[in-house]
Amino acid sequence: MALWRSSVGKKAVMAVSGLVMLAYLVAHMLGNLKVFLGPDDLNGYAHWLRTIGQPVLHYGWFLWLARPVLVAAVVAHGVAAYQLSRRDLKARPQQYVHRRRQSTYATRTMRWGGVILGLFIVWHILDLTTLTVNPAAEEGHPYQNIVASFSTWYGGGIYCLAVLALGLHIRHGFWSAAQTLGVNNPRRDRALKFAANALALLLTVGFVSVPVAVMAGLVR
Amino acid sequence: MNLTLRIWRQQGPDTPGEMTIYQVSGISEDMSFLEMLDTLNEELILRGERPVAFDHDCREGICGACGMVINGQAHGPERTTTCQLHMRHFKDGDTIDVEPWRAGAFPVVRDLVVDRSALDRIIGSGGYITAPTGSAPEAHATAVPKEAADLAFEHAECIGCGACVAACPNGSAMLFTAAKVVHLNVLPQGAPERASRVRNMVGAMDAEGFGGCTNTGECATACPKGIPLTGIARLNREFLRS
Repeated sequence: MALWRSSVGKKAVMAVSGLVMLAYLVAHMLGNLKVFLGPDDLNGYAHWLRTIGQPVLHYGWFLWLARPVLVAAVVAHGVAAYQLSRRDLKARPQQYVHRRRQSTYATRTMRWGGVILGLFIVWHILDLTTLTVNPAAEEGHPYQNIVASFSTWYGGGIYCLAVLALGLHIRHGFWSAAQTLGVNNPRRDRALKFAANALALLLTVGFVSVPVAVMAGLVR
Repeated sequence: MNLTLRIWRQQGPDTPGEMTIYQVSGISEDMSFLEMLDTLNEELILRGERPVAFDHDCREGICGACGMVINGQAHGPERTTTCQLHMRHFKDGDTIDVEPWRAGAFPVVRDLVVDRSALDRIIGSGGYITAPTGSAPEAHATAVPKEAADLAFEHAECIGCGACVAACPNGSAMLFTAAKVVHLNVLPQGAPERASRVRNMVGAMDAEGFGGCTNTGECATACPKGIPLTGIARLNREFLRS
């Protein structure tokens, strides 16, 4: 609790929750690439995810164990970001008359980019988990649902925009997390920035390849 | 050189202020920025107007007293203190905006003078070592590894001018606090109070209403003494391990 009360501690919560989400996203992105191996591969993989841990765990339990962790990470990240942003904005009550463009695009868009990603998560779950807004909405057939969603202009468009926001967020966020957790030093600084850029690029390309392939007609 | 200055004028802490336009002429490019303001103030005094208030002391770049935001940059376009900024970095006919440090924790006293005692209170909460005073100890009594000495010295260069706070989009004092904490925490003399120092100083920093770090790096770019941004990472590590 003392950690949460301090601005530095709250940043550490953001860093750890961000890294949890990042680890999940890497696995998620690699799983998505199964779409290129055809419907049976992807649908089989989605089914296998639900069988992890069997027979100790029941069918689907692994996912239900992972979900609270992810929800906790999203909520902790969001609440900490909101509270820290409030403090940051209050710390400069009067702006400069002569305003200069500061820092990189990725850095400047962290807050709004985060809001966009939060909204996207809601859309994404309604689209491909609960299938509420999915045009195909075939339970147990993610491949068909993905193709149906990305075949619409809004489905593919929203996804591509969100992935771009994600790439920018990780570009600044990963290196920031290293700063916040105190693992950065002058010798590692360049390597960490490179790793942040590489991760951002890898995830962006990996995620965006699916809707692009669907819209280009390569995956149908 | 002839210049147009737009300077923040504010009578007192509770009165509203505004940017006021002044013309100065006959400025030598060898003048420092403060000497240029002195020239303006002499003219204002002769005209019977109130001179522009600004902080200054040593005028050789080591005390940290002078500080103003020039064209949106803390200490102006060069990486130095305002007193060491020379007019040769401006062109004849330029319009220059001059504003005070802007932060909730730095209330404006008058014109370009702000109250930076919030930084003093952070120091007071742990920026020292508790040791009996008296004659200087024998220099070789406490061995300091070269690497620790270099690191401590690099961070000890901080002159507490507040440019980091002024430059930070969040008005954060993390670079300042990092400089003070790292300076003492890497030395054997600072080791006994290592944990309480960082906890108390970060607590004091938060209590003063400074913002948090979002790693934009503006502070380290503005710092006239070159305190590195990685110092903040080290501060965070010290805090988390305490």
